[in-house]
Amino acid sequence: MSDSLALLLVPALPLAAFLLIFLVGRVYFPKFSGILGTVIMLATTVISMATAYKYFFVTGKVDGVYQHLIAFKFTWLPFSENVSIDMGAIMDPISMVMICVVTFISLMVHIYSLGYMKGEDRFAIYYSYLGLFTFSMLGLVLSTNIFQIYIFWELVGVSSFLLIGYYFDKPSAVAASKKAFIVTRFADAGFLIGILVLSYYTGTLDFETMIARLTVPGSELTAITTAGFLGVSALTWGLMLVFMGGAGKSAMFPLHIWLPDAMEGPTPVSALIHAATMVVAGVYLVARLFPIFAISCPVGLDVVAYIGVFSSMFAAIIACTQTDIKRVLAYSTMSQIGYMMFALGVAGYGGENGLGFTASFFHLFTHAMFKALLFLGAGAVIHYVHSNDMRDMGGLRKHMPVTHIAFLIACLAIAGVPGFAGFFSKEEILTAAHNSNPIIYWCAIATAALTAFYMFRLYFNIFWNKEYHAHHSDSHHGDDHHHGEAPWSMKAPLIILALLSIATGYIPFGNFVSSDGQALHSEFHLTSAILPVSLAIGAIIVAMLFYRKKNAVPDKIAGTIKGVYTGALHKFYIDELYLFVTKKLIFGIGGTIAAWFDKNVVDGVVNFSATVGENFSDTLKKMQNGKVQSYAMYFFTGVLGFVLLFVFLWDKF
Amino acid sequence: MSASTIIFYILAAITLGGAILAVTSPKIFRSAIYLLFSLIGIAGLYFWLNFEFIAAVQVVVYVGGIVVLIIFSIFLTQGSGSDMKDPVKIRSLFAGLAALCGYCLTYYVIQRTEFHPQLEQGPAEISVARIGEQMLSTTEHGYLLPFEVVSMLLLSAMIGCIVIAIKTRSIK
Amino acid sequence: MSDIGLGHFLIVSTMLFFIGIYGFMTRRNMITMLMSVELILNACNINFIAFNKFLFPNQLDGVFFTLFVIAIAAAEAAVAIAIIINLYRNRKSIDAEDADMMRL
Repeated sequence: MSDSLALLLVPALPLAAFLLIFLVGRVYFPKFSGILGTVIMLATTVISMATAYKYFFVTGKVDGVYQHLIAFKFTWLPFSENVSIDMGAIMDPISMVMICVVTFISLMVHIYSLGYMKGEDRFAIYYSYLGLFTFSMLGLVLSTNIFQIYIFWELVGVSSFLLIGYYFDKPSAVAASKKAFIVTRFADAGFLIGILVLSYYTGTLDFETMIARLTVPGSELTAITTAGFLGVSALTWGLMLVFMGGAGKSAMFPLHIWLPDAMEGPTPVSALIHAATMVVAGVYLVARLFPIFAISCPVGLDVVAYIGVFSSMFAAIIACTQTDIKRVLAYSTMSQIGYMMFALGVAGYGGENGLGFTASFFHLFTHAMFKALLFLGAGAVIHYVHSNDMRDMGGLRKHMPVTHIAFLIACLAIAGVPGFAGFFSKEEILTAAHNSNPIIYWCAIATAALTAFYMFRLYFNIFWNKEYHAHHSDSHHGDDHHHGEAPWSMKAPLIILALLSIATGYIPFGNFVSSDGQALHSEFHLTSAILPVSLAIGAIIVAMLFYRKKNAVPDKIAGTIKGVYTGALHKFYIDELYLFVTKKLIFGIGGTIAAWFDKNVVDGVVNFSATVGENFSDTLKKMQNGKVQSYAMYFFTGVLGFVLLFVFLWDKF
Repeated sequence: MSASTIIFYILAAITLGGAILAVTSPKIFRSAIYLLFSLIGIAGLYFWLNFEFIAAVQVVVYVGGIVVLIIFSIFLTQGSGSDMKDPVKIRSLFAGLAALCGYCLTYYVIQRTEFHPQLEQGPAEISVARIGEQMLSTTEHGYLLPFEVVSMLLLSAMIGCIVIAIKTRSIK
Repeated sequence: MSDIGLGHFLIVSTMLFFIGIYGFMTRRNMITMLMSVELILNACNINFIAFNKFLFPNQLDGVFFTLFVIAIAAAEAAVAIAIIINLYRNRKSIDAEDADMMRL
């Protein structure tokens, strides 16, 4: 199979699944839709893996450098000779890694959902949305063109909106989906302006051309760096606005507020969209434009780094206090994405400097595995307990052994315990940070310790702490009252992902993904690993002491640092701040003016035109009275008019 | 003023007078009879022009066919003696005005136009045989095709009439 | 027939035509409207014949047109009367003012 056909099929198959299930399946074979979607997803995964394999080991490498290949491309909307919106598929290391991650995690979630979503009313719709999301995400990562990425960006946003609001009879889910949509929409407005700024100065929308024009000195680069606004060059503005879009999707501070609420969606969706794939779109976007950031706009890269590290730490602190297990995971996701962001931010272009770039993608890859595993495991727990709150759990390790082991592996991985995948990627990030910026490095170390702490707080609270007893235990049902741990369709993805959460760490990632395409052999320094690992293990031990058995220590500690604790529990009041700004300031003051204008000017014009139209149509209506003689009269008058015209006026023409 | 001129005026007067009475008479049956006079006047005009065949067709088809048909339908649909509803006043005024304007306009055009008759004289008599031959010939001036088309039209009209007028169960 | 020319015939036919128009617009009874249409058609026939006689005396085209018009007029009258009878059957009225269902 040729590359172009394969890469055409990769997004096309999920799209076909979406259309098939949405248009036909939900009416005619709702039960079968899940299997159908899963089979199509399996095919997609196989094709994308094969394509990636072929790219990495056969065709992609020329003289030791991975090439940017365009698998196919056609012009969709030509604006002028040079500027056009194309649809295409790009083959380079990061897009290949991404399609593997997206299709694989999507496949896992498809399989998992067969068990998790079984018996839902809108089972088929759910699978069709999953197909739509996978299609959009694949389209996004394969984009050759900044406008194409924007289109798929929005599509991803829409499918995320649909899936968060899947339980649309639950008001909180509706509110959450609205919130996610509005916040990301707001960020996307910035993205669009950024696109316009960049394309205005470069005269192109194509990534490669744009990168070429903005990294090599030339007229475009001079123009964009000399033009400025508020003392900042147009290039920085453009890149920052684009990054704003990325930050919105990737839930970076201060646009993160939608992500915790997005957990209202079904748990597999959280695993797919809000942990492994969509939220890393921002990282992907920055990586896509990385040469521009790194070569022409180091200031922008610094901003990325600081926002990344701040979000990372901020989210980790909040995660320590939350009790909803999915929210803990959501903040953990935010924290880990912050890791990827600042890893990009501290990287430079080419050679050893590019370590951060590689590390960022390495972490993205491993994180996708263990975070998806965490979410799916949490889903299994929720499935079993019927509650999101960790205070309702505890002592589950005997009830759900498979989930327990898988969850433990994921926790070890994310905590960066040696031997697990997260360790390798996190070490690389820390090394990169260490090499460039001490502030970021120390923040990252602290965050790593916090991560280990809150993850094991979660783990011990779910699986140890107290003995589990079902809340509604009917005596005559006994143990059979519960439906067992989980069906195999749910266990299998957990096992696969658990194995991968260990195995993916051993991939020599630098050989494949690097900032300039050349293989990067990252040295593994044992000495630099000692500090973070010992901190992580220390944090795990602290968590164990606190939460393994039910005791009063955590509450006491919380009491002593009351201010910080309450602040973190309330997510540092960011939501309230937003509410104040939007409700009181924007809607309160701006709204009154807008309402007056709307009522008196806009409505006035509309009403006036409506009245005029109504009167006119009344007159016309009377002429159209259905009486043949009136019609004859109009006809005859018309004929007379024509006769007059032709007889008297025709000569003059 | 020769006799033929006088005859023309008399025929024209019959035609127009009958027509005016036909469109204004309040009684529908009388209206049909006035129409009959008007059509006979037209047939007379054809005779006056030496188109005996056309005149005969006019009498046979209009007088013998259409007017009889109209009278039948009058009997079918209503009594003959009662007055019809008066026309809408404003509309009759407007229609009269429009007709007058149209007439003036056409009159003006007729007066303005110069007609150039072909000088060469054809056969004085228009024989039925010649009409028949040309009607069915396929040469340059033959009218076979329109003839066939009209015959098809008549056939379909006949079928159509039967289909429309056939008694079906009434709507509701 | 010396002093009677084409113009006379045209004036007669024009008058007849506009009498027909007037009748078509003012009459409310459909049968009388149909009669007005017959008058209009006859006005045209007079024109055809007159043009044939005075302008192209050696040809027969006007005659043929007249014949066709008469045939079509007969067909038209038959169809119109069939429609009128059908309408009368359904609505018990052949007043054109009442037949305004087309508006709906």
